[in-house]
Amino acid sequence: MTVDWQTIADAFGLGGMYALMAVGIGLVFGVLRLVNFAYGQLVMAGAYALAFAYERGWPVWVGILLCFGVVVVLSIAMDLVVFRPLRTQTPAVMLVATFAVAFLLQSIALLWFGSLGKIAASLSSLNQPWTIGGVDIRKISIVSTGVAAACLVALVLLLGRTDIGLKMRAAAMDFRTARMLGVRANRVIGTAVVLSGLLAATVAVLMTVQTPLVTPDFALRDTILVLAGVVLGGMNRLVSATLGGFAIGFASGFLGGALPTNQSQYLPSFLFAAVILVLLIRPGGLFTRSGQQAVERV
Amino acid sequence: MSTPALVVDALEVRHGAVHAVRGLSLAVDRGEIVGLIGPNGAGKSSTLHAIMGAVPVAGGDVRLNGRSLVGRKPEDVAHAGIALVPEGRRIFAELTVEENLRLAANGDFAEAYELFPAVEEFRKRHAGALSGGQQQQLAIARALVARPEVLLLDEPSLGLAPRIVDLVFDALQRIRERGIAILLVEQRAQRTVALADRTHVLANGRPRLTLGPEAAGDTDTLVSAYLS
Repeated sequence: MTVDWQTIADAFGLGGMYALMAVGIGLVFGVLRLVNFAYGQLVMAGAYALAFAYERGWPVWVGILLCFGVVVVLSIAMDLVVFRPLRTQTPAVMLVATFAVAFLLQSIALLWFGSLGKIAASLSSLNQPWTIGGVDIRKISIVSTGVAAACLVALVLLLGRTDIGLKMRAAAMDFRTARMLGVRANRVIGTAVVLSGLLAATVAVLMTVQTPLVTPDFALRDTILVLAGVVLGGMNRLVSATLGGFAIGFASGFLGGALPTNQSQYLPSFLFAAVILVLLIRPGGLFTRSGQQAVERV
Repeated sequence: MSTPALVVDALEVRHGAVHAVRGLSLAVDRGEIVGLIGPNGAGKSSTLHAIMGAVPVAGGDVRLNGRSLVGRKPEDVAHAGIALVPEGRRIFAELTVEENLRLAANGDFAEAYELFPAVEEFRKRHAGALSGGQQQQLAIARALVARPEVLLLDEPSLGLAPRIVDLVFDALQRIRERGIAILLVEQRAQRTVALADRTHVLANGRPRLTLGPEAAGDTDTLVSAYLS
């Protein structure tokens, strides 16, 4: 096992990216009690938007703008067409519906762009290293960590300091009572969906730097890992879900870099074994305080 | 004659196969307290939830100042001028007292603080850290800051110490004097009948009889109303 600074920086970068996905999933879960399995396909759509712009030689900022536009529009469409009509259904129905959406979007990508994949490499220069104190660290690791930290701080401020943030927190605790106090359900859910889309678009931009080949299953494996991380951390709270996402990203990045190549193919097995072990010991999640897990919040 | 603030007209509420409310009619005018009493499962909470739009109305009508509220969302009913103090208080324990109030309205909480000084005293604290009595005061204050025309209360005295029950009933009297129409669902039959302008007794979703304040001392009538 070899551990160097680059491995640790990569692990932080991946952890930050997964934390953003965990927040994106957790925000929607908070207000809708819906685990959005199709979250990875939002990232995929953003990545295709970046590839679309790259193929045509459009400037980087146009590509990023297109990516954000496509993902946010798709998020809102998903809410209007799928989540809203099913809002009163059981969580199981909604979860299965998001599976369907995931496969639908993947199939659309396959039909439109083919299975070979497209290249989104307009930010590939971020794979070059910065030399810090004699140590080479890839720029993207630092950028990912920084962007994730900035997004999380912005989100904490939004949730903690603004009116809509207060309403979102209340809705996540007890939506029925919040509505009877005058909190508008559609506004709160719409805000959560748009924020979650903005985060997915951010992840798409960061992820294409490391994985410039965009295929229909882009971000699928990451979504499964993040979902495991969210459950691992504790789904019921945004903070614990985020920490869970970060933890599994960090572990994934760290082990992936530290393990010899012939063993790293077993990486997902190691990770999921660890997830199962944690859940056996702490079913409520790793980052929840004791006595607070498994609290029914009707 | 002016229209009463809140009119419930031949209200029907069903929960699946259960017929929770069957043909309930009542009216509450500004400055009035109307009581709704009856055993558990009589349909009292269902009535309040139907007024708020939180459960569907299966038949009949609910009107605020003559305009029907049937089919409107709970948030729209709240904005129209009806506030509910829910059963079990439903305080947001992880939010501060002040944040609980801000959920209902952005603005001046002075009137609510005047009525409940304890709520002002602990406004920076987490609501979950308050005692049961303080939480109930917060729940009423939270309903009042929205400046409703009609206040619905679902068993506000449940689980409270006698001294706090006095405080709550005293507050209701003062809220009535501000010209708010109050519909009070309670288990404490005698106190409710004594305080209210009229009290409807509900059993199995049906209105049984209506009592005036003079019936408060008449224990026989109260007992037979419950047992009928």
